[in-house]
Amino acid sequence: MKNIDSKNHVTGKSVYVDDIPVQTGTLFGAVFSSPKAHGKIINLNLSEAESLEGVEKIFTYKDIPGKNQIGGIIEDEALFAEDEVDFIGQPVAFIVAKNENIARKAVKLIKIDIEELEVITAPREAQEKGHLLTPSRTFKMGDVTKEWSKCDYIFEGKVENGGQEHLYIETQGSYAYPIDNESIKIHSSTQGATLVQKIAAQILGLSMHRIEVDVARLGGAFGGKEDQATAYACMAALAAYLLQKPVKIALHRLDDMQMTGKRHPYSSDFKIGLNKDYKIIAFKTTMYQNGGAANDLSPAIMERTLFHTTNVYFIPNTEVTVYSCKTNLPTNTAFRGFGAPQGMFVIESAIAKAACQLNIPTSKIQKKNFIKENDEFQYGQIAESANIDHCYKTADKTYHIEQIEQEIQEFNSKNTNYKKGMAVMPICFGISFTKTPMNQARALVHIYQDGSLGISTGAIEMGQSVNTKMIQVAASVFSIKPEKIKIESTNTTRVANTSPTAASSGADLNGNALRIACNTLLERLKGTAAKMLSCDISEVRIKNETVLRNNKKTDILWEQLIKTAFLDRVCLTENGHYITPIIHFDKAKEKGHPFAYHVYGIAIITVTLDCIRGTYEFDDVKIVHDFGNSMNTIIDNGQIEGAVVQGIGWMTMEEISFGKNGKLLSNSLSTYKVPDIYSVPKNIDITALKTEGPELALLRSKAIGEPPFMYGIGAYFALAKAINAFNPNYKIDFDAPLTPEKVLMRLYQK
Amino acid sequence: MITFILNNKLVQTENHQGTTLLDFIRYEMNLPGTKIGCREGDCGACTVLEGIIKNNKVKYKSIVSCLTPIGNAHGKHIVTIEGINMKELTPVQNAFVDHAATQCGFCTPGFVMSLTGHSLSEASSDKEKAIASISGNICRCTGYKSIEKAAESISELLKVKDINDPIKWLVDNEHLPEYFLEIGKRLNEIEKNQLETSENAQIIGGGTDLMVQKPEEIAETNINLFYDRKDLKGIRKVKESIIIGSASNANEIMESPVMQEYFPDIKSYFKLISSEQIRNMGTIAGNFVNASPIGDLSIFFLALNADIILKESNSTRRLPLKDFFLDYKKLNLQKNEYIESVIIPIPQNEFYFNFEKVSKRTHLDIASVNTAIYLQLKDDMIEACTISAGGVSAVPKYLNKTSAYLIGKKITNGTIIKANEIIQEEISPISDIRGSTEYKRLLLRQLLFAHFIKLFPDNISLNELLS
Repeated sequence: MKNIDSKNHVTGKSVYVDDIPVQTGTLFGAVFSSPKAHGKIINLNLSEAESLEGVEKIFTYKDIPGKNQIGGIIEDEALFAEDEVDFIGQPVAFIVAKNENIARKAVKLIKIDIEELEVITAPREAQEKGHLLTPSRTFKMGDVTKEWSKCDYIFEGKVENGGQEHLYIETQGSYAYPIDNESIKIHSSTQGATLVQKIAAQILGLSMHRIEVDVARLGGAFGGKEDQATAYACMAALAAYLLQKPVKIALHRLDDMQMTGKRHPYSSDFKIGLNKDYKIIAFKTTMYQNGGAANDLSPAIMERTLFHTTNVYFIPNTEVTVYSCKTNLPTNTAFRGFGAPQGMFVIESAIAKAACQLNIPTSKIQKKNFIKENDEFQYGQIAESANIDHCYKTADKTYHIEQIEQEIQEFNSKNTNYKKGMAVMPICFGISFTKTPMNQARALVHIYQDGSLGISTGAIEMGQSVNTKMIQVAASVFSIKPEKIKIESTNTTRVANTSPTAASSGADLNGNALRIACNTLLERLKGTAAKMLSCDISEVRIKNETVLRNNKKTDILWEQLIKTAFLDRVCLTENGHYITPIIHFDKAKEKGHPFAYHVYGIAIITVTLDCIRGTYEFDDVKIVHDFGNSMNTIIDNGQIEGAVVQGIGWMTMEEISFGKNGKLLSNSLSTYKVPDIYSVPKNIDITALKTEGPELALLRSKAIGEPPFMYGIGAYFALAKAINAFNPNYKIDFDAPLTPEKVLMRLYQK
Repeated sequence: MITFILNNKLVQTENHQGTTLLDFIRYEMNLPGTKIGCREGDCGACTVLEGIIKNNKVKYKSIVSCLTPIGNAHGKHIVTIEGINMKELTPVQNAFVDHAATQCGFCTPGFVMSLTGHSLSEASSDKEKAIASISGNICRCTGYKSIEKAAESISELLKVKDINDPIKWLVDNEHLPEYFLEIGKRLNEIEKNQLETSENAQIIGGGTDLMVQKPEEIAETNINLFYDRKDLKGIRKVKESIIIGSASNANEIMESPVMQEYFPDIKSYFKLISSEQIRNMGTIAGNFVNASPIGDLSIFFLALNADIILKESNSTRRLPLKDFFLDYKKLNLQKNEYIESVIIPIPQNEFYFNFEKVSKRTHLDIASVNTAIYLQLKDDMIEACTISAGGVSAVPKYLNKTSAYLIGKKITNGTIIKANEIIQEEISPISDIRGSTEYKRLLLRQLLFAHFIKLFPDNISLNELLS
């Protein structure tokens, strides 16, 4: 089944926040933000801007009736700066005017005097000076200090990874207006409807029931709208509430890029010890996370980094530490992978360094250390259905890894101007919010008396086709045509207290809640059918919109069944509530069973490097992926392709650049490049690993959103190999992204 | 009053000529299918089609509405996604559905319009061309593989297209609504009054630079639209020269039979310059006047020894392009003067030309370094040589000394190594977002090598150059 929105997408009829027809009298907002990265606000002069014709009002923290606080996990982030600014782009004031142009003009008329303070942009410097967002955390297994002496080989190194701009094509935006009963309705391009509701209520000093948040769909998010959509929704809500008028804001791209946070850059040290059989005995890493100016989701991202520092390997002795460092940059936030890619890049770098020094193929170390059934992850969970070895063997059988290596060697021996490189990138990604209470969801199902269905869940559609999967769930439980089912917008008045649609868990959590609701309704309908047929309920089934009795068709069709049930006063509405069972985690011990299951897979990436120009093209990405029992291969394959390309982008051309003064230099699409149609791999081949799939996955179909992003990490190592094939003086180093500039410098480094 | 046909409807507006077509479409005409992604022509989400009458036919091309001053729509047919929607999906729309080439959907209308523009072209279709038509559209969800498949399937369908009358064929085959058949007639009927302009007005061509740099200013100041000035269009051979009208856009230059005759690889060079939509808009004069040290067309034409004709009311003067660039963003251009045309001498027998560009992303990006070379050989000796390079100086650089050095030399590895030494003295790159000083120096050396390796593969090799 294809994405149910497809037809509306291709005809331009799908409605995003900025497409909602505006009410008469709607005002438009623009944000005035700090021009300095750190300092005390001495004076803020709004008078000239206020007197501009068409400006309705300018809001600052002083206008907030509730609490000037938007921090999700930790309350350390103001909606509007009060006395101090901590990064360039930090909102200071919100201008509301008759149209957007006037609002934007007024922004330029605001004057601010700032007494500048020291600007720190590098995480290690922040850590040295004691600027941490939260206390550091360490995961440990075994005892590394004792084990170093038992290692035959020990390698140390440093790893840098860059940030990444989400570049959802739809920028942040919101439309808010007053409704009855002193309430506010907010349309927001957010992944977290409840978060917007809760924080807006806090800002306005209202109870949550006065705030209704509605989300139809997002034009891309990738984590960038999990927490960071909130501020703009709150600004629109604040102005709408205080002026009692509709207010809209849609960020311009440059503002969005300057003001919003990105994927976290990390700077890391590692030490890895192996025995002579290439078994990894001990691994230690200290990682400095560049959190930006406030916490946002950094503590949770730090946690997921810790979980994934051993990627897909069993390492008996580990000690991994992350410092979440406070810098004068926009507050970094969730991005597909949520800290795991940074962790995996470090362990893969450590293995690549070891392989390079030992002059053996990296895959030799990788496959020697794959986690096996019943091995323990460093956080205490026991590996179940540890499919990585199976993935590798399937990949080898399907794609012939050694043959690819030989072909590349042959090519390289014959060519000077071009070199090829190849890398194997295995992945293991835990599914569940690592914060256990977030693993809950609800769904509301209405069966209307004509037999059609309206379904609301907490899941937000942002291109991942979660709505399509919801339809599949309901259609399969009732055995009715998908056309009978409509997925409603995500709305806090229909489904309350939702978790954000994030952590790849949207389909699992909401789909299971929906399945529960549908099953309850199904039982009721079977009761009606049994009554109609004067038989026992156990004899009744519904198949293809027809009631079966003892597997034989009856005359009762779906519509008739529903009509009868309605007239018989059967409740045709049901709410489903789902919590992920089993999972738990003890933060005091840093041990537990945080994940419902793991997703495994492996990618083989090959690249051709133009050694004259330092440019490169990816030839192939060949993947074996453990989908479980995929409920929708079209959608799941699409998620893999998109994730791989985004991952390759992170490792290659996507380079975030800040000046020392904290100003974003890569602040537009002309200076920050994401993959275009010509820069993607020529071929992406996906093989599904045949497995049953875990019970805790929706219909045994594993979560898909984030894990394949990490296949892209292989791009770095494939490129490094190709560089080394041209320039033997180049010893692999780890400084992503590997842009054409860095590649050329390394090709000709002495 | 600005008058044009928007989809199936005649619209007239008193809006300032410099306001964007995008905002007009979305917020005044309430057609929200055209999306806002970046407002700088770098994502394609706002792509629409522009139809104009040429030789009694309506010809369409894709443009980005975010950079189109609405005055440039005057007298034309502008088509948004709503303007191609019919009761059933068009084959292009169907292809996106069938190949699951849409995820969040936000970029999708832009892709559909670009590909529909490809369908409307009066040329045969193949996969490569279909993909080229969407090269200016960014999708952040799909990873493009599904989009490639959709484009390929459309190119298959278009194999039997009547390239002499694509509109009729497309209407007959339900790619387009029927009203397209009447557009030619209706455009002819529009009273195309000259839009008002004034002395000292800011000249604007396709808008691909000014609308990025200062859209608010353009929306309010007096502007003088050059984009459709017939007197500034056309590419023709006159005696020993090729004369290019200054309002010619990059695609018109690339598609010109005269240019293709002398530069058979021009398409591969121009593919490195911006994107389909931007090449459909940006003019050669705009690229020169922008004075960017990295302007692709400036570099390309510097190596061709181009002259420019500068016009001011009734007087004209001819200036070598290399003398046009004085310093960073400073031009040898008087107030009220504008470029009327660009003249390049017809290349002589046994000439060689090459253009190289490296950027962070190979396509739709601004160069870190670009360079072009023109060589004439006689008896194995270099008889004439011009090399230009961008991104290595405050201006698009004519490499005077290096060019002079190469004249009279044989093409050997040693000569090229020496040429590089001279280049390194001639240039003064700075570190910026496009790369560090060291990188740009190394890159220009490499691109110099690339010129010769590509043009003289038998004489020159990377190994020899490096040894």
